[in-house]
Amino acid sequence: MTAVKFKVTVDPDRCQGHNRCFAIAPEVFDVDDLGNAFVVGDGTVDGALGAKAQNAAANCPEYAITVTEFQG
Amino acid sequence: MTGRQAPVGDWTTDFDHTDPTWVRDPYPIWAELRAQCPVAHSERYGGTWLPTTHELVSEVAYDTEHFTSRAVVVDNLRPTELDLPAPIGLAPPITSDPPFHAMARRMLLPAFAPKKISSLEPMVRKLCGELLDATAGRSVFDAAVEYTQHIPVGVIVGMLGFPLEDADIFRRFITQVLEKVDLPSEERLDMFMQGEIEAYLNDQIEAHRAQPRDDLTSFLLEAEIDGNKLAIEHVRGTMILLMVAGIDTTWSAIGAALWHLGSHPDDRRRLASDASLWPTAIEEFLRAYAPVTMGRLVIEDFDFHGHRMRKDDWVLLPFPSANRDETVFRDADKILIDRQENRHAAFGLGIHRCLGSNLARMELTVALKEWMARYPDFELSDPEAVSWSGGQVRGPRNLPVRVLN
Ligand code: HEM
Ligand code: SF4
Repeated sequence: MTAVKFKVTVDPDRCQGHNRCFAIAPEVFDVDDLGNAFVVGDGTVDGALGAKAQNAAANCPEYAITVTEFQG
Repeated sequence: MTGRQAPVGDWTTDFDHTDPTWVRDPYPIWAELRAQCPVAHSERYGGTWLPTTHELVSEVAYDTEHFTSRAVVVDNLRPTELDLPAPIGLAPPITSDPPFHAMARRMLLPAFAPKKISSLEPMVRKLCGELLDATAGRSVFDAAVEYTQHIPVGVIVGMLGFPLEDADIFRRFITQVLEKVDLPSEERLDMFMQGEIEAYLNDQIEAHRAQPRDDLTSFLLEAEIDGNKLAIEHVRGTMILLMVAGIDTTWSAIGAALWHLGSHPDDRRRLASDASLWPTAIEEFLRAYAPVTMGRLVIEDFDFHGHRMRKDDWVLLPFPSANRDETVFRDADKILIDRQENRHAAFGLGIHRCLGSNLARMELTVALKEWMARYPDFELSDPEAVSWSGGQVRGPRNLPVRVLN
């Protein structure tokens, strides 16, 4: 059985640590000791978390986040 | 505010960010420029450019090859390369360029990272509570003078581990340095470098050397760049930078949000009755009333979208105008406290992203929530008496309010 899933990535070269993603979706993003973001686990999420990740992406001032939908 | 310059006739060819019309309400000016003249030029301050769209402001912020941060406050005297050697500049990292910038910034980042900053929340809440206690029983008072201006000063003085009674000294200096753009920059810097401030900071540093504590001063004394401890000038310079960059900016952001709530009863009531709106409301206040416009200098003659920029021309970087760009924000001039998509640039873009953004956002949130818990019903008691600061940081300096039962 397949379901809609999302692959979330943060481009470390673009991320400047605005911290919007971690504030919006702490289940999907975390920040390191310098305040830069990374995805939790391998960045694969489904359902409601996918929507939250998309909302985080739409709020990143540096356009550093991508969320890609796939069947998995 | 200055009022010393000649009045502006044509904003596309003669703009001045200290003109009373700009200070009172810059948004229509920026809207006109975005539509008609997105890269405006003025002979003032020895030659200044003003890109106003989100796209152009981003482009300049990201382009450290053509634009230097050696000087970020536009005024009549531009520092020469000899005064302020790039890439370090006078107040790293804000005045630094790559590659030095990254080192100076990295050294400070851990002290301002989100998790570190959230541990300061109780301190900020206590400070706000005490300030509100002092207003108890009065129906009319000035929220800028009695509340908003004290919060960031108290916070940074507390973070540095200085006695809280000394907060007044710092507020005075900040006002002088940032709002007197028509004073020569040397004079303004002298107020910091040779005045009482230097002796004061030296005393505090000595006390912390003798007895290290868990605060920002001891953090700076322990910090290293490239394996070396910082020279005392660098420690002092960093303290001054944190005060210059962190005080009137945050004061302005808190004040502008209170101004909005005091003049928009619908939004105030919605926020008072639905706490889930806080995160989007805070970001919307930051977007719509972004207080900070930065400056850059052009590094060498070059062509910017058909405009001949010359070495040492100023460039104003109005993040607040980028935040009102209709092509990026739907209904950009409407304040929507539940706006879902809001990639605003209030804290800048690129490598100089505000180092204090996590702190500023926390202060803004705590200050507004504490206010609304105490005074959910209030209004501007005299809207005509509200005064806004001029120059590159915009916020209410007088904000008379009336508390309604
Ligand atoms: C709402 C309040 C604030 C706003 C709107 C704001 C805005 C900004 C902006 C737009 C920049 C980018 C500068 C550039 O591109 O040249 C910046 C940089 C900076 N801000 Fe803030 N700021 C605020 C509060 C603070 C606070 C509280 C602190 C620290 C206590 C702080 C410290 C800094 C520093 C050190 C930089 C330079 C970072 C670098 O160059 O790498 N700011 N700020
Ligand atoms: S919102 Fe964007 S820039 Fe900010 S921490 Fe997240 S990924 Fe980085």
